Amino acid sequence: MDNITSLSLTELINNIKNKKISSEEVTRSFIERAEKSKTLNCYITENFESALKKAKEFDNRANFKCKLPGIPIAIKDLFCTNGIKTTAGSKILNNFFPTYESTVTQNIWNEGGILLGKLNCDEFAMGSSNETSFFGNVQSPIDKNLVPGGSSGGSASAIASNLTPITIGTDTGGSIRQPASFTGTVGLKPTYGSCSRYGIVAFASSLDQAGPMGKNVKDCALLQEIISSYDSKDSTSIDFKRNNYSELLTNNIKGKKIGIPKEYRVDGMPKEIENLWLKGIDIAKECGAKIIDISLPHTQYALPTYYIVAPAEASSNLARYDGVKYGFRSAGENLIDMYEKTRSEGFGNEVKRRIMIGTYVLSSGYYDAYYIKAQKVRKLIKNDFDEAYKEVDAILTPSTPSSAFKIGEKTNDPVSMYLNDIFTVPVNLAGLPAISIPAGLDNKGYPLGLQIIGKAFGEQNLLNIAFAMEEKINFKNTIKEWWIK
Amino acid sequence: MTIDLKTVKHISKLARISVNDEKAKKLAGDLNSIFDFIEKLNKLNTDQVEPLSSIAETTLKLRIDEIKSKNIRDQILKNSPSKNKDFFVVPKVVE
Repeated sequence: MDNITSLSLTELINNIKNKKISSEEVTRSFIERAEKSKTLNCYITENFESALKKAKEFDNRANFKCKLPGIPIAIKDLFCTNGIKTTAGSKILNNFFPTYESTVTQNIWNEGGILLGKLNCDEFAMGSSNETSFFGNVQSPIDKNLVPGGSSGGSASAIASNLTPITIGTDTGGSIRQPASFTGTVGLKPTYGSCSRYGIVAFASSLDQAGPMGKNVKDCALLQEIISSYDSKDSTSIDFKRNNYSELLTNNIKGKKIGIPKEYRVDGMPKEIENLWLKGIDIAKECGAKIIDISLPHTQYALPTYYIVAPAEASSNLARYDGVKYGFRSAGENLIDMYEKTRSEGFGNEVKRRIMIGTYVLSSGYYDAYYIKAQKVRKLIKNDFDEAYKEVDAILTPSTPSSAFKIGEKTNDPVSMYLNDIFTVPVNLAGLPAISIPAGLDNKGYPLGLQIIGKAFGEQNLLNIAFAMEEKINFKNTIKEWWIK
Repeated sequence: MTIDLKTVKHISKLARISVNDEKAKKLAGDLNSIFDFIEKLNKLNTDQVEPLSSIAETTLKLRIDEIKSKNIRDQILKNSPSKNKDFFVVPKVVE
């Protein structure tokens, strides 16, 4: 077989189960392609030798009952992997080898998955372009010098360029959905509490969620049923009935009510995005869904709320990086001096900016005015969704306010970078599941995505709608392999 | 509202991140543009609203406090930037 890396996850699994290809053959194909794709800078750490060894072991004692039989998978470098370097894209963790495994990755290995390596991301997942990584920016396969989005930029780029059949990212304010949208791939941010946060380098604990990124909806549904589990090691993990999402997947969404929130029609929204949204509405109708106009009145406050809540939680979470027990240390004249120099040299500019914002909004005299205020507005944003879901089953919006931009285009203006997440952030604040599916190309040939937002724990319904729409949209990514050496 | 250099220095002290004057100036500019954008929230009356701190509206579950990972002292110490036998080493803290 000569097109192994371009097969979907589902196709790969079928071929392995039917003994048409071996795990070793598959693993070797992805490694060979990675060797020719260094220009993209997707990998922070390669685990190729060990992956090949594991693939051979699988072939010798093949267990085809596994859901991921000998499938090699590269993952975002925000998941702790036992004994394998985990950096979170930061200099401060450049020499950190976890002594434990994240629950989400353990679930993948338990089903026969094999670790190919760790993928690049924005430092501590703080960024929308993968330009804040200590290990350099990631190139999008879509075009030269184009950002793949962020923070799961290495993951999105790796899926779009066929370096891994499926991957996992994390999404705090859009970090799965925005890069999926920028690269013409599918990304699911699950309901808060469905995937364990144990062993994921923490950014903002009340918002962070892991989720699958793949070539199509079915592949993502399959990975979601594997990574989603109740876990006593995460006190916010929620015990609810989880489906075998991929098995129950159906394109019959007749009569489903899909809401169109008028507040997402933001000022200065490009005509292309407006048209994409209208196209999405038509497609939902073609699938038999009923379109209903709804209102989410506090939408405009979501981004300012997020930029208080997320940095506040980040400043607390990142207090642990002090150069004492692990990670980078810079020598100091005394203990405090050592802390200050370590953190100043170990963190990049965006991370420091957010720690400073968070420290300020939590500091004495400002806590009520900023942090408590933001939590109150967060409640109003969640109430908006609760109201809307009395009427509708899902909500349809564009994933991003524009297509991907060039590397360096927005690095000098933090607020314009933050505006990228305007459609994705409200979902995290309300803890809801949402998926981005590719839906068209702009005039430059860059992909554009549609976002479908579901009810809490309604992953099945959400995936069904995405599956039905994906079939009708029939999106084809136009990737010219400019980076292959 | 404006964040001046003095405030930036104060926050950096609280956050234990050293900044020189040049960096502090740049940070003040960035923080001011971000807070201009955040100030929008003040337009909203929230007097009657309860703050939402957790989206999981259940009581956090407690688990039994027991040791599950054993004999990993050496692995943990391996990550340390400076150690002496079985101890982490930090700059002197007592005179």
